[in-house]
Order: sequence, then C-alpha cells, then structure tokens
Amino acid sequence: MQQLFTTLLTGLTLGMVYAAFALALVLIWRATRIVNFAQAPMAMLTTYVALVLIEAGYSYWLGFAAALLSGLVLGALVERFVIRYVDPRSEINPVILTLGLFIVLHALAALVFGARYRSFPAPFGLRGFQVGDTTIALTGFGIFTILSVLAVVVLLVLLFRYTDVGLKMRASAFNQEVARLLGVRVGRMLTLGWALAAVVGSLSGLLIAGGGLVHPSFMDGVVVYGFVAAVLGGLDSPVGAVAGGLILGLSLSLVSGYVGSQLVSLAALAILMAVLLVRPGGLFARVRERRV
Amino acid sequence: MATETSTETSAGQERPAHRRRRGGRLGAFLFATPLRRHLVLAVLAMVAVSVALESTDAFRNGQLAAMAYFGIAAGGLTVLVGLNGQISLGHGAFMAIGAYTAALMLRGENPLPLAVVLVAAAAVALAAGALVGVAAARLHGPYLAGATLALAVAVPGIPLHFSGVLGGEQGLTVRVPAVPDWFADAVFFVTGQDPGRSRYLGYVGWFCLVVTFVLLANLARGRVGRTWRAVRDNEVAAELAGIDLGRARVLAFVVSATCAGLAGGLLALSARIAAPSGFTLSLSLLLLSAIVLGGLGSLPGALVGAALLTFLPQLATTLGQDLGLSDVRAAELAPLAYGLVTMLVVLFAPSGIAGWVRRRRTSPSSSPVPSGRHET
Repeated sequence: MQQLFTTLLTGLTLGMVYAAFALALVLIWRATRIVNFAQAPMAMLTTYVALVLIEAGYSYWLGFAAALLSGLVLGALVERFVIRYVDPRSEINPVILTLGLFIVLHALAALVFGARYRSFPAPFGLRGFQVGDTTIALTGFGIFTILSVLAVVVLLVLLFRYTDVGLKMRASAFNQEVARLLGVRVGRMLTLGWALAAVVGSLSGLLIAGGGLVHPSFMDGVVVYGFVAAVLGGLDSPVGAVAGGLILGLSLSLVSGYVGSQLVSLAALAILMAVLLVRPGGLFARVRERRV
Repeated sequence: MATETSTETSAGQERPAHRRRRGGRLGAFLFATPLRRHLVLAVLAMVAVSVALESTDAFRNGQLAAMAYFGIAAGGLTVLVGLNGQISLGHGAFMAIGAYTAALMLRGENPLPLAVVLVAAAAVALAAGALVGVAAARLHGPYLAGATLALAVAVPGIPLHFSGVLGGEQGLTVRVPAVPDWFADAVFFVTGQDPGRSRYLGYVGWFCLVVTFVLLANLARGRVGRTWRAVRDNEVAAELAGIDLGRARVLAFVVSATCAGLAGGLLALSARIAAPSGFTLSLSLLLLSAIVLGGLGSLPGALVGAALLTFLPQLATTLGQDLGLSDVRAAELAPLAYGLVTMLVVLFAPSGIAGWVRRRRTSPSSSPVPSGRHET
C-alpha cells in the first residue's frame, strides 16, 4: 500500500513534467503541423544556460529566468530562420529537418559545455515530507513542479482565450489564408507560437534537471515520453496533452516500480502503439476522418 | 559503386532494354537487362573491393568493414524512406536486434558457420520488422516518426533488463570465428599473403553489401519498386490501381529491417561486442542523415552516406584537435557537420548528392524529387 502510494505520487510529479513537454509539442503542432523532435535538445540547451549561470554564482531563480528567456529567443530564431523555409506539403521533410536540428544542437552542446555529467541544483528540498513516522514521496521540488506546470497551463489558457494575440494565434493555426486576409501577421504568430512552445519546453527541461544530472542527452528519453503523452491526448488538444502526460507518468511509474525501470521506454512504446492502433486521434478525439 | 543504375527512374521512363550502352555483342549481352547490368556491376564492385582491401592495412580494412555495414543499413533505409515514403528513426533498434542475435549465436564452443549466423541475424530482424511494420503501415509522417523513435529508445533497455542473458550494460563480447581455410588458401593463391581477421571481415562485409544491393536494386527496378513508388506518390491513385497499400508498406518495412539486421550482425563482428551503448538514438539519427545526404531513394547515395559516416569522424576529429579542442569535444564536430548538412540538404536540395549528380547527367525535368509528396 505504502509502495503503491509512493509510486503514484512519483508518477504524478513525472506526469506533470511530461505534460509540460507534451504541451510544447502540441503548441507547435497546432501552429505549424510539425512535430518538433528538436524540442528535447532545445530544452537541454536552455537548461545548460541556467546551469552555467548558477555555477557562476548567481541565484537559482536568475538561472531559471534566463533559461526560460533563452528558450523564448531560441524558439523564435528556430522558427524564423529554419522552419520557415521547409516545404510544408511534404510529410517527411519537416521531420528530417527537426531531426537534423536535433543532431546539431546535441553536438553543439557537447562541444560548448562538454559531455560529462554535471549536477543541477534544486530550489526546494528533495526529501519527502514527514507525516508521523513515514516519509511520503512528495518533495518540495515535486510540489513546485506540479504548481509551475499548472500555472503554465492556466497562463496559456488565459492567453489563448482572453487576449487579442491569443485570438490571432488561434486564427492563424485554424486557417493561415483566411487569417492573412483578415489582417493577421501570420508569420509573426507562428514565430510567437514556436517561442512560447520553447519556453514551455525549457520549463520541462529545468524541472527534469532539478536535483539530477545534466548532460547533452539527458532529455532524449523525454522527447519520446512527451510525444507519447501528446499523442495520447490527441496532438491537437492542449488539455489532452496534460491529461496524456498525467496518464503516462502514472503508468510508467507503475511499470518502473513493479516491473523494472529499464523497461519504462518499452512500456511507453507499447502504450503508444496501442493508442495509435485503437484510437489514432488520441483518447479524447472526436471521430474525424483522417486526411489522406 | 555496386549499382550505377538509377533506382529513381520511374516506370514510364525506363531505358529501352535493347539499347546498346557499350559497343559490341558482349556489351549488348551483358547490359541487356537490369538484372545482368546489376550482376556485372556487382562483379566489378567485388574486384574493386578486393583491390582496396588488399592494398590497405588492418586499420583501413576495419574502416572499410564499418563502411560496409553502414552501407547495408543505409541501403535498406533509403529504400524505405526514398521509395516508399515511410520514415523510420528506429533502424538502430533493428541493428541492435541483429547484433545481439549474432553475438548469442557465436557464444558456444562450436559456433555455427558465419553465413548461418548472419542469415539468422537478418531473419530475426525480419521477424521484428514484420511485427513493427504491420503497426507502422497504418501510421503517417510524424506519427510513424514518433513511434519508431520510441522503438529506438526502447530496445536498448531490453538487454539492461535481461542482463543475465544479454549481458546488461557491458554487453556481449563477440568471438570472431577463425578465417576458413579455403578462403585463406584462395587469398594466398592470388596475393601471396595470409588474410588477417579484419581483412576477412572486410571481405565478408562487402560481399554482403554487394549481394544486398543487387537484391535491393532489382527489387527497386521491378514491379515491387514501382508499387512502392506509386504508394509514396499518391495513395488514392495507387489503391485505385489495385495496389494493396498495407501490403506494400509492410513489405518495404520488412525488407528495410532485414537489411538493418544483417548490418547489425556485421557490426557485432567488426566491433567484437554487442552492447546497448552501441545502439543509441544517435545511431538511428545518423543513419537517417546519411541517406538524406546521399539522396533519398538512391543506393549509390546510401553508399556515399555510409562513406561519410565512416571516414568523416576521423577527419573532423583531427581537424578539431588541430584547432586546439580536446578529444571529446573534437569528436562532436562530425555529428555537427552531419546535422548542419542534413538541414541544408532538406531545405535547399531535397534530392541529396545523388540527385545533384543525376541532374548534371540528365535534363532537369526528368529527375523526380524522391521525398514523399503527399497532400496534407
């Protein structure tokens, strides 16, 4: 019972991180119909920015803010100078392009920051809270993780629902041609979409790194889990992404606790295949015909 | 090198079979059909390989063996991506399956002959490819990419979990079988030297590569290849023409995975080890970048890509050291170059190096862009 409780709490925290990453993928998918496989190394790079600042003696929060800001800039630059030029009619070219970016950022990080493991600090305690005699698996950092992802979700909902910019972004995601005719600067909205997504991705990078080790491929698994989470919820739905992240986090945590931690990624693969074969549009999709 | 024939030539523009490419009766006979052309090229390639292997030292022999297995894997992948329009980021996983199969079969006191081991490596990958292919046939673009990405990340976890049988993090060491006597005699008869093990592996690797490429080239030129291209270019039209989309897709995936399995078996022999760290996500991604650089769908392009994967790292690392970088950092220059060039190729020249060469040989209008052209 105790172990189940612990496993579920760990899963909840992990799930929140996957949800953030899936959210970043969904934001980009909605805006440009591209799955950004380079999201993981982008987040890795911004985490290194934070790490360098923190190791130079600045506070954790300064590093945190700098990472998010550099995510914003990086996302905008990537969209404006790379993604903008890919042929959108091809299904394969954007995928290969983001994977090329994946390799580049990976190599760049190893070149600049070195390939060794470096520990990343956490702003809150990493020990579970004491309740009576037992320690529960919820840490201070875990609570921070959950709250910050929830805050991001709320902020995004507010942005898309209640602001002019949000409306313009939704319009350009819905139909670029019509949005352009109505005077929306679609290009800018796409850049902004990528930038926001990269900020959310950077947040997930910081949350995974907190209290752990950072090296150039520390996010590689997360790109898979984030993708699985996004597909679970249907790539189009931000709420689905959060739900998918939570479901995935809990189920992977159960696999890790009761079967074996090395089989987690295999379990993720199994979940992904099951969802894609049974409900290709995700768990929450309304039935819709597939585009050929 | 092995096949000069353009695998991209679509059905409507195949060269007339009776056209005499080389003067004389013998030439006309040898080049009359694609099969004969491929076989002649295969023999010529084997001769060239022998010369290359005999004239270089053991270190270069090892590199050539590496180029062979990269070439086989890239050849299989380029057929899948370029001709059939499916993408796979999971070919590193199939290579792992082949490598572990070979490693397990070579463990006993009296291992089976090498040919049997390599066929088994390919066969196990074939079975795995069929399993994944059935699922993959229903997926599109980014979904397929994500699923195969998950495969690439998941498979190295299996030996970690079953560390009793599969050796865990350390992996399985592979004992390279002794050079067979008949082979040593034959080489000695021609060159007057005994072949070492790395030279033997070089021969084995390139023999497998030539056989694989002849089979792939014939497959691509024939009915099956036309089916694959039809499915790639327009699903609806292909289905109306009576093509079973699912079957064509699964077949392409299975063929591709089998090549990767064979390549994995050869990799295990060359590296003398099968370990999870050899089959990281980077391997799958680098294979993909190799075929993009060479030109999607082109077998000669796959060979060019394999050569880049084999020889560029050393060049780049030396260059980096000259620039004053440490070893570890200098080793990152090669992937950096692959990644950058991959992005540039996708953005500005989607048909890669092979497409560029083809365009210089033929008029611009006759070189189709090989990447998938689905309507979205």
